[in-house]
Amino acid sequence: MSMRRYIAFSLFLVFASPAWAAGGVVLKMATTTSTENSGLLDVLIPAFTEETGIRVKVFAKGTGAALRDGMDGNVDVVFVHARKREERFVAEGYGAYRLGVMHNDFVILGPGRDPAGIKGMSQAALAFRKIAETRSHFVSRGDDSGTHTKEQALWRASGVHLSRKTTEIFRKGKKRTLTFLYPGGLGRWYLSIGQGMGKVLTFAEEKQAYTFSDRGTYLKFRYGRRQGLDLGILCQGDPVLYNPYGIIPLNPKRFPHVAFRQADRLARWLVSPHAQRLIAGYRIAGRQAFFPDALGNER
Amino acid sequence: MSFLADSLLSAVHLLWSLDPDLYTVIFVSLKVSLTSTLLASLLGIPAAFFVVFKEFRGKRAAMTILNTLMALPTVVIGLLVYAFLSRRGLLGSLNLLYTQTAMVIGQVILIFPIATSLTIAAIARVDRRYRMTALTLGATPVQAAVVVFREARFAVVAAVIAAFGRVISEVGISMMLGGNAKGYTRTMTTAMALEYDKGEFVLGVALGLVLLFLSFSVNVFFHYLQGRSRA
Repeated sequence: MSMRRYIAFSLFLVFASPAWAAGGVVLKMATTTSTENSGLLDVLIPAFTEETGIRVKVFAKGTGAALRDGMDGNVDVVFVHARKREERFVAEGYGAYRLGVMHNDFVILGPGRDPAGIKGMSQAALAFRKIAETRSHFVSRGDDSGTHTKEQALWRASGVHLSRKTTEIFRKGKKRTLTFLYPGGLGRWYLSIGQGMGKVLTFAEEKQAYTFSDRGTYLKFRYGRRQGLDLGILCQGDPVLYNPYGIIPLNPKRFPHVAFRQADRLARWLVSPHAQRLIAGYRIAGRQAFFPDALGNER
Repeated sequence: MSFLADSLLSAVHLLWSLDPDLYTVIFVSLKVSLTSTLLASLLGIPAAFFVVFKEFRGKRAAMTILNTLMALPTVVIGLLVYAFLSRRGLLGSLNLLYTQTAMVIGQVILIFPIATSLTIAAIARVDRRYRMTALTLGATPVQAAVVVFREARFAVVAAVIAAFGRVISEVGISMMLGGNAKGYTRTMTTAMALEYDKGEFVLGVALGLVLLFLSFSVNVFFHYLQGRSRA
């Protein structure tokens, strides 16, 4: 075999290998680690595939990265929870439309000894304030995810003096700043670890620190594993902790290569009575974690 | 292409404007990596002399094991050390998990085999007569080892460079044992992984360029040392 042929053959192998694995359209969905970690997708996706024959590949990241995947046209559909950013995503023409699917809520977790004394508090912002005042260890996502966005909003509402860090980068030749908001004590009591929800929970558990989590992932880690967490829910029920999830197929006008038909099918299926009942019936250790938002609006 | 240009521009700007976050990250990276390289060298180089000059049972097996350990994935080390340092682990009471110390422990385990194996290769290449002559002239075994070391120093420094290159570019151990806490255990590689997760590719690549520049500087420095050792 000549050298040129050999190279051509090797390249053929490289590019052909994904094609062997596929066989038909596989829908690519970018979602958040909290959706994936909660285990809900392991119920929804197989049911969808069974009903429609469409297979789905899930890429779980922070909301920022999931939306970024959408902006770059790397996926066909995004399923995230940061409503304002989602609406902007659609308004800027990246997404075709947004459908509200369900919601769960955020909770403030902490160790049993509760050094900041926030147990049973109903106002999340006040609880954050006490954590900051007592300089108790607090683990933050710090990854620009939907949960991190929410956490920063709560710090703003808490009245604690916030520090701001800005990093200047260049985009399309123009200077742009990235800001990062935190209540001080960086690296001492405020630990911003830039990782997914599951990692943050184990980190907080190890450090016996406070943290901020969505209920679904917490339940999964608390009761769904053989070695559960000791961390408990210390503050919940504040209306500001409401956390809605939306599904957005990518705009086929902007991204002609995406599998819009299949993505559209998935989005509409998720708000169908069948899927909504699956969501309502999903239990983590006997507890409901997600609440359907589209049940009843269908007919 | 504009993406790469943006990254390059950002990298230069970050370095030039003395961005405090960037320098913290660089400082942590260098501190942890240099500490573990130093420790691994202090342990590995004498170990290499021991393996080469001492006759003992299982010598070949020891060398095979060392060579195998060179391929140990960082996540395996991360998991093992994690299991020991975790709150429910054997050494949990020391509260070491997610500290810089934990990162150093993991990294030393990672590069000890590399430092040792490459040093073995370096001193095995030195002509046996150097050592024999020194011993005949009345040198103690330690003095004879020093003679051999001086002959092999060029290659030994190369072994240390290889070990440093492995830790400064490593991400698994730093992430699993350091935990990527901003301002404390965030290194350049974990910061890059984070920027990727956030979708901030420009900043990620900018950090990559800084890392490359830094390794280049360290290598130039080592090269200078090698040049001196040759003269």
